[in-house]
Amino acid sequence: MLAYVIRRVFQSLIVLLVVGLVAFSMFTFVGDPIDNMLGQERTDADIARLRAQLGLDQPFPVQYLRFLENAIQGNFGVSYRQGRPVAEIIAERAPATLELAFVSGLFAITFGIGLGVFTALRRNGWAANTIMTLSLVGVSLPTFLIGIVLIYIFSVELNWLPSFGRGEVVDLGWWTTGFLTASGLKALILPSITLGLYQMTLIMRLVRTEMLEVLRQDYIRFARARGLKDRAVHFRHALKNTLVPVITVTGLQLGSIIAFAIITETVFQWPGVGLLFINAIQFVDIPVMAAYLMLISVMFVMINLIVDLLYFAIDPRLRVDRTAAKG
Amino acid sequence: MTDPVLSVRNLTVEIPTRRGVLRPVDGVSYDIAAGEILGVVGESGAGKSMTGNAVIGLLDPPARITGGEIHLLGERIDQLKGEALRKIRGKKIGMIFQDPLTSLNPLLKVGEQLTETILAHLPVSQSDAEARALAALEEVGIPAATQRLNSYPHEFSGGMRQRVVIALALCAEPSLVIADEPTTALDVSVQAQIIALLKRLCRERGTAVMLVTHDMGVIAEAADRVAVMYAGRLAELAPVQQVVQAPQHPYTDGLMGSTPLASLGQKRLRQIPGSMPRLTALPDGCAFHPRCQRATDRCRSNPGPTLAACNGRAACWHPLTDEDRAAREATA
Amino acid sequence: MTALARAWDSDFLYSFRRSPVAVVSFLVVVTLVLAALFAPLIAPHDPFDPATLNLMNGFTPPMTPNAFTGETFLMGTDDQGRDVFSTILYGMRISLFVGFSAVLFALILGVTLGLLAGYRGGWTETVIMRVADVQLTFPAILVAMLIFGIAKGITPVEYRDQMAIWVLILAIGLSDWVQFARVVRGATLVEKNREYVQAARLIGRSSGAIMMRHILPNVLNSVLVIATISLALAIIAEATLSFLGVGAPPTQPSLGTLIRIGQGFLFSGEWWILFFPSVTLLALALSVNLLGDWLRDALNPRLR
Repeated sequence: MLAYVIRRVFQSLIVLLVVGLVAFSMFTFVGDPIDNMLGQERTDADIARLRAQLGLDQPFPVQYLRFLENAIQGNFGVSYRQGRPVAEIIAERAPATLELAFVSGLFAITFGIGLGVFTALRRNGWAANTIMTLSLVGVSLPTFLIGIVLIYIFSVELNWLPSFGRGEVVDLGWWTTGFLTASGLKALILPSITLGLYQMTLIMRLVRTEMLEVLRQDYIRFARARGLKDRAVHFRHALKNTLVPVITVTGLQLGSIIAFAIITETVFQWPGVGLLFINAIQFVDIPVMAAYLMLISVMFVMINLIVDLLYFAIDPRLRVDRTAAKG
Repeated sequence: MTDPVLSVRNLTVEIPTRRGVLRPVDGVSYDIAAGEILGVVGESGAGKSMTGNAVIGLLDPPARITGGEIHLLGERIDQLKGEALRKIRGKKIGMIFQDPLTSLNPLLKVGEQLTETILAHLPVSQSDAEARALAALEEVGIPAATQRLNSYPHEFSGGMRQRVVIALALCAEPSLVIADEPTTALDVSVQAQIIALLKRLCRERGTAVMLVTHDMGVIAEAADRVAVMYAGRLAELAPVQQVVQAPQHPYTDGLMGSTPLASLGQKRLRQIPGSMPRLTALPDGCAFHPRCQRATDRCRSNPGPTLAACNGRAACWHPLTDEDRAAREATA
Repeated sequence: MTALARAWDSDFLYSFRRSPVAVVSFLVVVTLVLAALFAPLIAPHDPFDPATLNLMNGFTPPMTPNAFTGETFLMGTDDQGRDVFSTILYGMRISLFVGFSAVLFALILGVTLGLLAGYRGGWTETVIMRVADVQLTFPAILVAMLIFGIAKGITPVEYRDQMAIWVLILAIGLSDWVQFARVVRGATLVEKNREYVQAARLIGRSSGAIMMRHILPNVLNSVLVIATISLALAIIAEATLSFLGVGAPPTQPSLGTLIRIGQGFLFSGEWWILFFPSVTLLALALSVNLLGDWLRDALNPRLR
């Protein structure tokens, strides 16, 4: 098992190095930041001065090494557009995104698993059928449309909830939180539902499919044939087996919540990292794009790693097969 | 003879489909007495597993019982639902499935699966249930049973797993055991052990057994009586010696002729021409007539032969006699 | 006639006829695709021709005569006086063009790489599947955004708007090939060890011919299902990118761009500028999705 963990950590490092290379190549080969920063009216002197300032005049290997060294220290250079250190910009925006992602994730998992089990067990009931039909609409509905619809209903028509921003936040020095004020909490509701709805639908449909698959298995028939109560068959036998494959996808879904936050943050003008990233793409602000890419990769890789290790906790077959693989 | 443990009368199972109603089990009747092993044989699709599933109420929809009655220990059970049905399963009817690799929940320890079954049916404490679980494992011949209670199914070999499955099916001491192809998925070397184990346990406890299989060797080894099924109907029902040595239904005869059994001492194997008709396209009259050399016009017209309409043993208008068999031996 | 009758009676078409959802979705998709194809014939105005625009027509509500010009518009007009119905028809052309092209691109790329990986094995397989794994770690939309951002960076500023559509196709296609590759590789691994493929190899058929003749037909069903579902995803991805302002440019507005523009009028009361493009996008994405869902069930009896 230890060997497996080490191998997975090693693989994760390689993925990160590859992503790092992509990020660095973006710096080196994509676009000319000078173009973006100075516009059409520029002199050769301006260009040379800026090149030196940004370190773009140095040879490739030097730039590469410096990039890696800086990245490890959390230093991603200066935003071409805002002229401030990228790390600083991201640090002040990260709490907004993380709080939003946390609430959405909680929402998606709770309702996803609950509704998935419900629709699998009441397969042909009208409630389950309605939920399934709605979920297809949910999957087809682009996130931004969900957001717009919610804004229209709850902000424009009912005027209950704010349509943009985080509300009042409390500054804890290293973190700003919207959890501590009423307006902050109210501001979280619509974006969290918007962001979590799609993931919730996916988790729900996956749980349902897996559960139906498990319910068809021989050991479930055997459990029924032994006269176990429905509750025991469903929750003791079926749900546990269902959750094994669900954990991977759910883990990855939590990762994508951070990525999908880009869309929600745009709709709700939520001052998070996603909004920062989309603006960076619009203005080809390479340092911000690269930093975002690196950060999100680290997060995805960590999530993947944790999900893989969680398997060991749940599936006894893996625990034994790895250590003593004898017949 | 005392009342039978299981009594099936005119059982009919139907599956409505787009192309009409299929009848995988059609008017089947038989009894099983306490301590008796009834072998149910037939090709795949003959309706033998479906019969077993109907008895324990585990038909997969849209298949359902549309006719006949099933009595267990004098009580009618084919119309039971929900909680009443659950209380019979495991408690009065144990079921053993074909593949021991897939019948056990991979995520639960063997001991957990045994105790939960015992607790579901018997009014005993958790520690009593654990003691019984241990006894059940020992009884099916699993070595070091105390440690094995804490093992997961994947840590057992195929044969050992089937022993666990048998322990699970028998742990609440049911009166009837339905064993659906219990040895098919096992190595040949293990098959005989499992059959011997099943036979011994049921003899000791006086459990009635419905042994569903397509393997005539298993039947000859274990069964007291044999029910031969063909296209959803009973073709022949008789004690095992008679079925093996003096089959009356031409299909049974063909089945025996095509089975390499040392005990039969036959010179060469014969084969049955053609294949079993699909349930969507059953011929009129006797379902076997297109493959039967003895078929006459009567066989081709409705109503087809049934056990009751014929001699009570073979559903055939022209059952084989001893002379027929002697004549064939002479020409062979 | 008999062939037609047989086809009509086949299980596939039978389940199609029996599923109202499938029939309705199919009709909606066909209608929308035809409307987009023949947009220049159907649309009352050419939204890209400034000559037909009249600023006086701005903000005309649907089916209400304009206060100044007296003109009436089915779905109203936007702030520029452009007929919303016409912009939707032309916008749908772009959405569908990007969607279909991106899926086609992803399909060709994914199937080819999947076949290669499965059939060749060795380091070819390792490289292809590693790349797929890494890419699969990230959500497709993020990959598409990133590719879009990079491609935008590479294109010279003056060509950016012109190239935007092609960059979109590239970005969405590249973000979506993995599904195809994985399925095709899996099927190839199974098929390549079948006796008939071994036999074809023994009699000296070339690997290319074997892949095309023997392996590809076996995966067509799965590929078709994935392609349909991918189409819905691609249409949504395009709309999302355009909505975020990193997709189709304002000069060639797709449905997503129209919704982006319409969102600005959400609070000021001109609901139709946002409403009609949104409904069109929803109808399109939903019916393609429902069709894909049905197709998966129909072609995969095990899941029925």
